Amino acid sequence: MYAIEVKNISKNYFSKESGKFAGIGERTESGVISDTSIPSGVGGISFDVDEGEIFGIIGPDGAGKTTIFRILTTLILPDKGSASVNGFDVVNEYKEIRNRVGYMPGRFSLYQDLTVEENLNFFATVFNTTIAENYELIKDIYQQIEPFKNRRAGKLSGGMKQKLALSCALIHKPSVLFLDEPTTGVDPVSRKEFWGMLKKLKVQGITILVSTPYMDEAGLCDRIGLIQNGQFLKIDTPENIIKQYENILWAVQSDSMYNLLKDLRENEMTRNCFAFGDKHHVSIDHPEFTVAGLNDYLLKKGHTHIEISEIEPTIEDCFMKLSQN
Amino acid sequence: MDTIIQHNSGKVISADNLTKKFGHFTAVDHISFEVERGEIFGFLGANGAGKTTAMRMLCGLSIPSEGKGTVAGFDIEDQTELVKKNIGYMSQKFSLYNDLRVWENIELFGGIYGMTDKNIKEKTDELMEVLNFGNERNKLVGSLPLGFKQKLAFSVSIFHNPQVVFLDEPSGGVDPITRRQFWELIYDATSKGITVFVTTHYMDEAEYCNRVSIMVDGRIEALDSPKNLKKQFNAGSMDEVFQQLARKSTRKAD
Repeated sequence: MYAIEVKNISKNYFSKESGKFAGIGERTESGVISDTSIPSGVGGISFDVDEGEIFGIIGPDGAGKTTIFRILTTLILPDKGSASVNGFDVVNEYKEIRNRVGYMPGRFSLYQDLTVEENLNFFATVFNTTIAENYELIKDIYQQIEPFKNRRAGKLSGGMKQKLALSCALIHKPSVLFLDEPTTGVDPVSRKEFWGMLKKLKVQGITILVSTPYMDEAGLCDRIGLIQNGQFLKIDTPENIIKQYENILWAVQSDSMYNLLKDLRENEMTRNCFAFGDKHHVSIDHPEFTVAGLNDYLLKKGHTHIEISEIEPTIEDCFMKLSQN
Repeated sequence: MDTIIQHNSGKVISADNLTKKFGHFTAVDHISFEVERGEIFGFLGANGAGKTTAMRMLCGLSIPSEGKGTVAGFDIEDQTELVKKNIGYMSQKFSLYNDLRVWENIELFGGIYGMTDKNIKEKTDELMEVLNFGNERNKLVGSLPLGFKQKLAFSVSIFHNPQVVFLDEPSGGVDPITRRQFWELIYDATSKGITVFVTTHYMDEAEYCNRVSIMVDGRIEALDSPKNLKKQFNAGSMDEVFQQLARKSTRKAD
């Protein structure tokens, strides 16, 4: 049995503010899907998550990540399709699901006026358990904020809030943990720490569905779904997605990086070119084009200290390529 | 005659032992640095390191407890209004009005900065062309995709041609292509002489900066070009440099 199973789900919101489609899956002009509406090439979304797997949903704001989380945590109903968590249907058996899952929403949703300990106690009580009963599970995370257990949650720093929210989502020993953008706006050191905590939870057998806008976190998941505009571009292991990248990819440097970007784009052999940190990644369609050929071209353009090397794509390269198809 | 001292010579920002204390807590602890005209200066640090507090002082929004600073040639303690007139600012929560149209937002901000109607009109036409916003001009800002809003927010923040623009995590949330297009707008602004002061959590973006400072517990622990920092810390990427430095933090607030 899958821990999470999603079959052909669509959910449309009609956003009054923007006057257009928001959500996931099949989209309609009116933002409403009726039973009779015919899928116009773009259908609902489907994916499943194995027990004990870390599955990452990766994509920009507005791609539909939160909609998926809200459907699976039984907070909103899908327009079409079906989904289950631990074998329970998200519509008909929502109470079973609510007892079994932990959910950390993107926005801090604990009680700001309660202390750290009171918040944790509250969530334990709601789920008919005690802090003591499941202390082992949260120990590593909670110990870091325990010295501040009498501080109000509203007075905590961002990193501490994040740890408290995770402790509260875990206190009833959920079988599936839903983490909606837990690392957004978090600095790189704290992000790394957070992923370290997730690895430890995985070892304890907890299934984790996590979303993130940071492509560099993809490699920390067992499998990922790259999502944009309410549709998955690809679902696979990070390694397989990288293997499936078809073009030749070169990393290029020179003394004048901004001019280099323009010159690389002007080259007719270039499919596209984007900045990646201290290098530019150039994808090449033509297998006959050589590194030496590009070097000559750049020399003629007046570049100095040119360095070109063939590289393996990152998930971000793959995302960009898939989103342009 | 001696050489004429130009009011705004090479340095657009200077901080000299800039400090901000809240009670017993020293949020920003005697930081000193200078930013040259036309530079992209990356201002990095972990959450809670003191970046926002430092930035608020430089923008004339918070008075230093100790130390001095000038921005665009004006004193950040005594000339806060002149500082504000000569800078641009963009945060992740864009300050555009969702229920005003694109051109109305531009007119509003241009007007606030004292630009003439004629100047606003001409520059709006120019901007719409650069951004490829032909069809968006009359749309409500709320209806624009996030990437469009971000580009517009940046363009509005430099519309009055400030000497320096402060960008507080400007590129969060968008897809990777839009994020890069956004950085190309930043490059373009610097080629016109605008100085860019930027914070980000994306370490690949740190590489796009001419120089980068890294704050740890209220102090600047490192400041150099990305290339030199990587050499100095024997690191392959700015992420590694950042990890090495930020792990030294003892500030338990975060």
